[in-house]
Amino acid sequence: MPPPQLDTRPPATRTERRVGSLEILAGLLVLLVVFRGPLSDLVSGPALSTWTTVFVSVLVQAAPFLAFGVALSAVIAVFVPRSFWARALPSHPALAVPTAGLAGVVLPGCECGSVPIAGSLIRRGVTPAAALAFLLAAPAINPIVLTATVVAFPGRPEMAVARGLASLVVAVLIGWLWLRLGKTEWIKLPHRPELDTLPQWQAFWAACRHDVLHAGGFLVIGAAAAATINVVVPEAWLTSLAANAVLSVLALAVLAVLLSICSEADAFVAASLSQFSLTSRLVFLVVGPMVDLKLISMQTGVFGSRFASRFAPATFVMAVAVGTIFGVVLL
Amino acid sequence: MNKLTQGVVLLLFGGAILRASVTDLYLRYVKEGLRPFLIATGVLLVTAAVMTIWYSFRESASSSPDDHGHEHHGPGVGWLLILPVLGLLLVAPPALGSYAANQAGSVVAEPVGGSDYPPLPAGDPVELGLVDYASRSLFDAGQSLAGRELSLTGFITVAPDGSPMLARMVLSCCAADGRPIKIGLDGRAPIDVPADTWVRVTGVHTGRTSKDPVNNVDVAYFDVRTWQEVAEPKQPYA
Repeated sequence: MPPPQLDTRPPATRTERRVGSLEILAGLLVLLVVFRGPLSDLVSGPALSTWTTVFVSVLVQAAPFLAFGVALSAVIAVFVPRSFWARALPSHPALAVPTAGLAGVVLPGCECGSVPIAGSLIRRGVTPAAALAFLLAAPAINPIVLTATVVAFPGRPEMAVARGLASLVVAVLIGWLWLRLGKTEWIKLPHRPELDTLPQWQAFWAACRHDVLHAGGFLVIGAAAAATINVVVPEAWLTSLAANAVLSVLALAVLAVLLSICSEADAFVAASLSQFSLTSRLVFLVVGPMVDLKLISMQTGVFGSRFASRFAPATFVMAVAVGTIFGVVLL
Repeated sequence: MNKLTQGVVLLLFGGAILRASVTDLYLRYVKEGLRPFLIATGVLLVTAAVMTIWYSFRESASSSPDDHGHEHHGPGVGWLLILPVLGLLLVAPPALGSYAANQAGSVVAEPVGGSDYPPLPAGDPVELGLVDYASRSLFDAGQSLAGRELSLTGFITVAPDGSPMLARMVLSCCAADGRPIKIGLDGRAPIDVPADTWVRVTGVHTGRTSKDPVNNVDVAYFDVRTWQEVAEPKQPYA
């Protein structure tokens, strides 16, 4: 089918949008190919070249974890009926919280995937406390992320164990805290028709496409930030922070929030921060999947700003405290 | 970003991963063991892209113009996936070299299971890895190296005092966690090639050591008898 036919379809009311994203993409690609030489020269300086290498390598390393996480979470989002989750949970809210947290084990994906799923759980009548416990636990304790953690810390499987346990404890505590203090009116869910109206396989590929672009886009930001820190921050400076036990924990907790790396890839970044103590790197791994810039923005989008402004700080404090305790005891 | 554009971006991203993993390009960034997973990832992404493009053509062929107003717009952040595509297809940055080696401190060569080093393999000269050499040299006082002609391969990096060192990057996972192993060069053969040149040096063990200024770790030295420029190995990391 010749593509020009498509351009005749939009009616006169849409003339102002004639330059669509596809045309922008095509133009961008032509420019990139034309200016390939100067671009390569631009990144041939040693610092910039190292930046590019680290940036690309974080993405290449994370890509399989991202892809399989997205595919599996699309399978579960499309082929497992959502009513199943509501049936599977105990009816008493205080019991539903740890159950939902543990359910995160079977829902592999990174945090970007679990935000919309938690939203739809609430929509399906699951108590918000349980859905929130699930939201926090799923990105950190699922098999893909724990496998990535084992791979990233060769010879130190206790890191993955501590990460799973600490994340589960934080998720359950936050769920119970919501039962005591939370107010339902803080949560404002937007209308989301999407996947339910499509045939199953089409919904599956739609979920894959959306999650790869969304999570992948944020992963690019994270990889760029990680590469920048890798190249710009002198090792001696990081080492001086790393030497102080309290400062190193706080520094990596803040770094986890700023870097916003997908939980499927963050273990590899933590492994590269080898000057820091294992406890502070554990805090990095516990905080990262629960609170970071992209999650705060996604939570604001899905649950509303009144929710996100309370939920994120509470989770941050809880994650730092619990992560530190587990690090001191287990590592 | 409409669906068709999303499909094209996915196709580029998956295609870039696939191309890097079927050639040896991926070895500059990650370890060899990731290859099958990278190929599977590329196939999955390309399939998702093809399905997206197929559905979007079918939808636009069957939908009335009114439906276009409700077309789902994908996440704008997805545009950023163009950057890794650009990095992998057009720029293809080199493996980490002397800049990264100078920025980070040398790895601590761990002693292998106590002080019992197995005898060197046969060969004259014996091909030895840099980490193995440093470990035998520092923790075994070079006893297992005595009396043998050795050969090491790595790239040249310039120490702060201006003297050339032999280095290789050690990965535990991907280039983001790459750290250098550095060996000081002694002996009468002056090595006057620029940094990042790959060389194969042949010579013998020397007892001299110094400290890496970056992280105060012991650095072993090598007594160079002869050296020659070589091409960068297929697997650039140690």
